[in-house]
Amino acid sequence: MMRNAQSLVDALREPGMVLSLDGACWTDLISIARAESLIGSLAHRLTGIEVPEQVQPVLKDAIQATDLARRQALWEADCARRALTSLNCKTVLMKGTAYVAADLDAGVGRSIGDLDIMVARDELSAVEELLLDAGWEWVKPDPYDDQYYRDHMHELPPLIHRERDRMIDVHHTTLPLTAGPTPNAGAMLENAVRLDSGLYVMAPADMLLHSIAHLFADGDLAGGLRNLWDIDQLIRQFAQVDDNFWMELGARAKLHQLEPHLARSLRLTALLYGTPVCENLAGPAKVTDNLYIHRLLARDGWGRENRKFTRQAFYIRSHWLRMPPLMLARHLWTKWRKA
Amino acid sequence: MAGLHHLYLTVGPARFRVASTWQRPLDQLAALYGDYPASQDSYADFTVRLEPEKPWRRYIRPSVHISGDFWLPDAAPLPLNQSLLAAEMGMNLQMALGWRRHLLLHASSVEKDGKALLMTGLSGSGKSTLSAMLAEKGWRFMGDEFALLNPDTGMMHSFPRLISLKNEAIAAMQAILPESRFGPLMTGTPKGDIRHIIPPADAVQKMADTARPALLLFPRFGYDPILRHMGKSEIFVRLTQASTNYVALGETGFRTLTKFVDTVPTKAMDYQSGEQAEELIDSLWNKLS
Repeated sequence: MMRNAQSLVDALREPGMVLSLDGACWTDLISIARAESLIGSLAHRLTGIEVPEQVQPVLKDAIQATDLARRQALWEADCARRALTSLNCKTVLMKGTAYVAADLDAGVGRSIGDLDIMVARDELSAVEELLLDAGWEWVKPDPYDDQYYRDHMHELPPLIHRERDRMIDVHHTTLPLTAGPTPNAGAMLENAVRLDSGLYVMAPADMLLHSIAHLFADGDLAGGLRNLWDIDQLIRQFAQVDDNFWMELGARAKLHQLEPHLARSLRLTALLYGTPVCENLAGPAKVTDNLYIHRLLARDGWGRENRKFTRQAFYIRSHWLRMPPLMLARHLWTKWRKA
Repeated sequence: MAGLHHLYLTVGPARFRVASTWQRPLDQLAALYGDYPASQDSYADFTVRLEPEKPWRRYIRPSVHISGDFWLPDAAPLPLNQSLLAAEMGMNLQMALGWRRHLLLHASSVEKDGKALLMTGLSGSGKSTLSAMLAEKGWRFMGDEFALLNPDTGMMHSFPRLISLKNEAIAAMQAILPESRFGPLMTGTPKGDIRHIIPPADAVQKMADTARPALLLFPRFGYDPILRHMGKSEIFVRLTQASTNYVALGETGFRTLTKFVDTVPTKAMDYQSGEQAEELIDSLWNKLS
């Protein structure tokens, strides 16, 4: 029985390793990869490897499922584009939808749930109105939650489309307003790259930094292996096509106040996925890197999250990062009373 | 973290690893699935997990939370004496959310002379009971939960899990089957009383045999016996609702289902007793080419 997700990381990093797995190990690996939403990426990575015939259909299913996710994500993005046409604003796709829309390696086999877009903050209410007109509705009609989102978050409260049952998150920046770092949303919008469809994606360095901010400054690292795989794939592709990528990345990290986060993520992705990274930006290894690795690999062969204490610590940390202590206390008190 | 007991099950084309905090549901599964092919190699398409909702619920008022490779966020836990049902629901859940090799129809199916009869309808329509009954009268039982339609060949594949009898159907089958074919009686489940029966031996021995879909029925229990014509568009829409993975299969699902609707004769069937249903089915079946 596998005790952590190391085998998934190994298989993504060095697909040939799967040749040594027996049936029980494969069953563990598949459960882990599904739980981490990396089964599609794994299936693509294993193309061309002689996997056992019992496993082939599982991998084929995963590829087909993510093919459909890709089509649906692009369709959903186009629905949003059509809803916002009259506003003529820059609509920037984010995360998974951006990766597939820009046809990046990070989008290959990726599972995609909600549609995430970013618009300028002063366009937010106009965007909101047009989306409501086009059939999206509020998911959380709770007044406290609604006000909380509007006052302190980097996005509108989530909207769901009443016919297609798909969620959209409309961002105006990349991190909660209460978080420590304040990425420069204006600069991200300014540099965004226009696609043929008329939609935008972030410029390479910003796209990578958003992925990093999402993982290391905004969450409890649940599902972090997938996010870190995005980071690995983005880095490999961007660094290969642009000699100035690392310089640009360093400058943008400074601008967005994400230098320590960038450094941490470069060290972790190099450690786990063997990503070739710029050593200057990655900085010296820290003892706490091991804690992060411990947290990221917390998944056993049954597909369960384990290492409860570590996970809890990172969960508390994630709230700590998002808001100052007094505000956190008030927030948790309100949520507790309502529960 | 507590270790899990586990066993492997093969049902038709699908292989499951069922993992559980408690040995009890696994012992029950092992007894009821005793004649199914045993796993030689520990591969599985899906893992099902049965665990306490909270760690202390392992011992105090034990409650079984169903999860696995595929899961629903709001699945209600079941008491430990219904853990067999939890295991069966867990396997259904994996198929419904994760299986892509066939178009899944929520239907029972039986086979004769290489041709399959499918019965679909809402819960309480009697599709499960009818399939169990026909299975004792010369038909081969193919499944009472999911009918698996192959997108490439249009053939039906068998998924002969335990047959799940509910409420009045339990007594009806107890009248004709020996006690050894029955699993434990579970009372007060979300669907009332439930008792599983082991499918006939040939259903398990021939579970790899496919059949050409030859007749589709929408049975409805409790009305004067009659066969009614159904329009193709109605059949199509009702089957999209009866399929758990029609949307997930995208264009393949559409192609497979439209071909099925175009080629398979279909009737709505009202009936008040097993004998009536059997008569109506025979009258239709004998007219098939």
